[in-house]
Amino acid sequence: MPRLLCVILALVCGLLAAPARSAPADAGEALALIASGRFPDIEKGVDLLARSGNTHAQAIIEALRDGRLAVAADRRVLIQQDGGRWSDAATGDALAEAPAAPKTVRINNRIRRAVEAALGALTLMAPDAEARRQAAEAVFRSRDAAALSALDEAIAREEVPYIKRLMGEARAAILLGDAGASDLQKLEAIDILAARADQDALALLRAATQGSPVVSAAAEAAVASVEQRLALLSMLQNVWYGLSLGSVLLLAAIGLAITFGVMGIINMAHGEMVMIGAYTTFVIQEFVRSHAPGLFDWTLPVAIPMAFLVAALVGAANERGIIRHLYGRPLETLLATWGVSLILQQAVRSIFGPTNREVGAPSYMAGSFDLGGLAITYGRLWIVLFSLAVFAALMVALKATSFGLRIRAVTQNRRMAASMGIRTPWVDTMAFALGSGIAGMAGVALSQIDNVSPNLGQSYIVDSFMVVVFGGVGNLWGTLVSALTLGIANKFLEPFAGAVLGKILLLVFLILFIQKRPRGLFALKGRAVEA
Amino acid sequence: MTRRPLILALLDGKGAVFLGVLAALAVLVPLSNLLLPEASPLHVPTYAVSLLGKYLSYALLALALDLVWGYCGILSLGHGAFFALGGYAMGMYLMRQIGPRGVYGHPVLPDFMVFLNWQELPWYWHGFDMFPFAALMVLAVPGLLAFVFGWFAFRSRVTGVYLSIITQAMTFALMLAFFRNDMGLGGNNGLTDFKDILGFPVQAQATRVALFVATVTALALGYLVARYMVTSTYGKVLVAIRDAESRARFLGYRVEHYKLVAFTVSAMMAGVAGALYVPQVGIINPSEFSPANSIEAVVWVAVGGRGTLVGAALGAVVVNTAKSWLTGALPELWLFALGALFIIVTLYLPKGIVGTLAEWRDKRRATISAKPAEVAAGAAE
Repeated sequence: MPRLLCVILALVCGLLAAPARSAPADAGEALALIASGRFPDIEKGVDLLARSGNTHAQAIIEALRDGRLAVAADRRVLIQQDGGRWSDAATGDALAEAPAAPKTVRINNRIRRAVEAALGALTLMAPDAEARRQAAEAVFRSRDAAALSALDEAIAREEVPYIKRLMGEARAAILLGDAGASDLQKLEAIDILAARADQDALALLRAATQGSPVVSAAAEAAVASVEQRLALLSMLQNVWYGLSLGSVLLLAAIGLAITFGVMGIINMAHGEMVMIGAYTTFVIQEFVRSHAPGLFDWTLPVAIPMAFLVAALVGAANERGIIRHLYGRPLETLLATWGVSLILQQAVRSIFGPTNREVGAPSYMAGSFDLGGLAITYGRLWIVLFSLAVFAALMVALKATSFGLRIRAVTQNRRMAASMGIRTPWVDTMAFALGSGIAGMAGVALSQIDNVSPNLGQSYIVDSFMVVVFGGVGNLWGTLVSALTLGIANKFLEPFAGAVLGKILLLVFLILFIQKRPRGLFALKGRAVEA
Repeated sequence: MTRRPLILALLDGKGAVFLGVLAALAVLVPLSNLLLPEASPLHVPTYAVSLLGKYLSYALLALALDLVWGYCGILSLGHGAFFALGGYAMGMYLMRQIGPRGVYGHPVLPDFMVFLNWQELPWYWHGFDMFPFAALMVLAVPGLLAFVFGWFAFRSRVTGVYLSIITQAMTFALMLAFFRNDMGLGGNNGLTDFKDILGFPVQAQATRVALFVATVTALALGYLVARYMVTSTYGKVLVAIRDAESRARFLGYRVEHYKLVAFTVSAMMAGVAGALYVPQVGIINPSEFSPANSIEAVVWVAVGGRGTLVGAALGAVVVNTAKSWLTGALPELWLFALGALFIIVTLYLPKGIVGTLAEWRDKRRATISAKPAEVAAGAAE
């Protein structure tokens, strides 16, 4: 039944709109009317001009509004350009010499309104699609009933479907607020706005619930459906934000999961590897800026392997120089690596200064697009994809290469692996370098969304530990699940509890969770009772 | 086997020296500050008294940490939280003592509450106008938190690095919580601008000296309590748990109970340390909860020597003196020095200053006592 109603309404609407289309009039006739100097004629002329489709129409009307339109002694209409030069309104050609005693065309308030309506209609019918889109949205926001006739004509002419839809929505918004519109028109408007289903439409529909019984019932139903849709959208948006936060956590934690899993030690300097990766990006960008500004978009693809190398080297040096001597003493390792992290932080602070450093975003990281009502920024999208790619690459490296096989063997049973001839110290160094390198790559991604400062690593270290401990040691799938879960949980708690309280709740939850499952969500099964 | 008198059991050589030094400080520093003229080279200025008092309250925190880490193997990265909680309890008492002398002159509400348009005192602020209640809370709040936290953690056998990580998460969560204005504890700015303690003005010279003496006394008492705990049978089990937890459990000891007692007592000692720290420094704010502070306390213990008690206190004083000097003289170098300290101590001085000295002494004694035996063996041939 409602569908039938819609069809009928659409037909009625089409019939109403059709006669509104008028034949293009000659610009000369309109100009003659304007040149007459009588207010009613000028108004008629403006209207004619707006409908004429003349290429100079907009320039002429704007000149009229600004008081730059004048009539020469030979009754030609002239436009005064910047710098006092004149041009012929009908042709747009510049005049060689200044005319004798041009008389400015004066206007009153009535004409001023006609001029505004005409300009709105002209942009609604502008040749540029983007201008038409903006005009349609402007009308939607202003809901100016005066624009209705121009809008009808623009809808009839419009050929781009989505702009036509926007104009229809603008028309619906005007009709819904118009006391003179019939209930039928209003019902049609409600359907259109319910299909738009965003906050603006919701506000308009809420306002419409005060109307006649039929209209208000329809408006209430529409409000309910729009609210439902908006709730769903905001949930999806939260999931997306959560995924994006989770992928950042994944990047920061996955390297930690390797070092913690393989060697059972806590690397407190892990966050500083992330920081080193971010500063590597900064250095590369500075170099490119000063030597080859045209290649700026290539800085990130270059920075990723470079950050991996730099962080991996620092990590390997850390392992060879310090951690190697502390095997079997995990708590001491924790302290020593904390010392390393302090030194690295201070070193970066001494070299680059304590303030935030600007890391620019390449063109493909900027901007956003709309996916069924979800606003998705390219930067976040790339980071999600990047972290999943890193995860996949790491998975392949661990499952399909002999190096990965050795790492897995040492993770599961160090002594047995050593007995089978695996050089465990070498595996340790390589695994540590790998974990640090991945942290470095995480730094490249973080440089795009966070402040690059010497404290960058510190802000992620507690979070990444939580991810690793929650997911379970020695299991990368656990890390993936735990990072995404924590990210999404964080974003869902935020609207209810606020960002800080949400984070506190999450930490408390994790502390309690560890009591229940001390080895994490996906613990390795084995006979090792205690390390 | 006859039992030694308690006092002798508590006072081995190190302990006697330690308590002697504390007693000397408690007598000489006030005398020098109050009686000697300022021009005298032996005069200790008042700011130095408070500074020393601050170091000694850190020493008490280190002592508390050494009790759980050195003797029970629990590396707590959250002891700063207990310290700060004790400090906040004392800070709340001091805030209530301001009374109507605040900037806004409200008879009951502290300034920051008036500023936030609060109409009445939150329930948890009641009672803090009385010193005995506040003193009880200094012990009870950290103790209760440690008891509940430890109850769950030890019962589920969360050990080693996992325990360290969740204690760190605990202090991090508390830091975030205390930064919130809604918490009703001063938010970002914390509690400050204190006026009186027990009716005496906090800034006065005599009060500062009294606070110093109180800190020295608390440190001595804390040492005796900790020493009593570790020399008793209970302490022997504690060490057994540290060295082989599973074996101790298989021998029939309720490991979690032993750990829980040590953890709770240690948290209370940390709370007292915080309570003494606040009036001498004049402020308590949420940054005291930051994980970095807790880890720094761990390095004091490591530098002094874990499992020695005296060493922990010594480490706290030495490291903090170095910190005060370096942050004044060469600010950029401090973090390098602290970082290097972490690395050097763990790599080359695993027993810390006191532990290493004791080792040398034992070696020398061993060689001295071995010599006559060699001579005797040579003569016999």
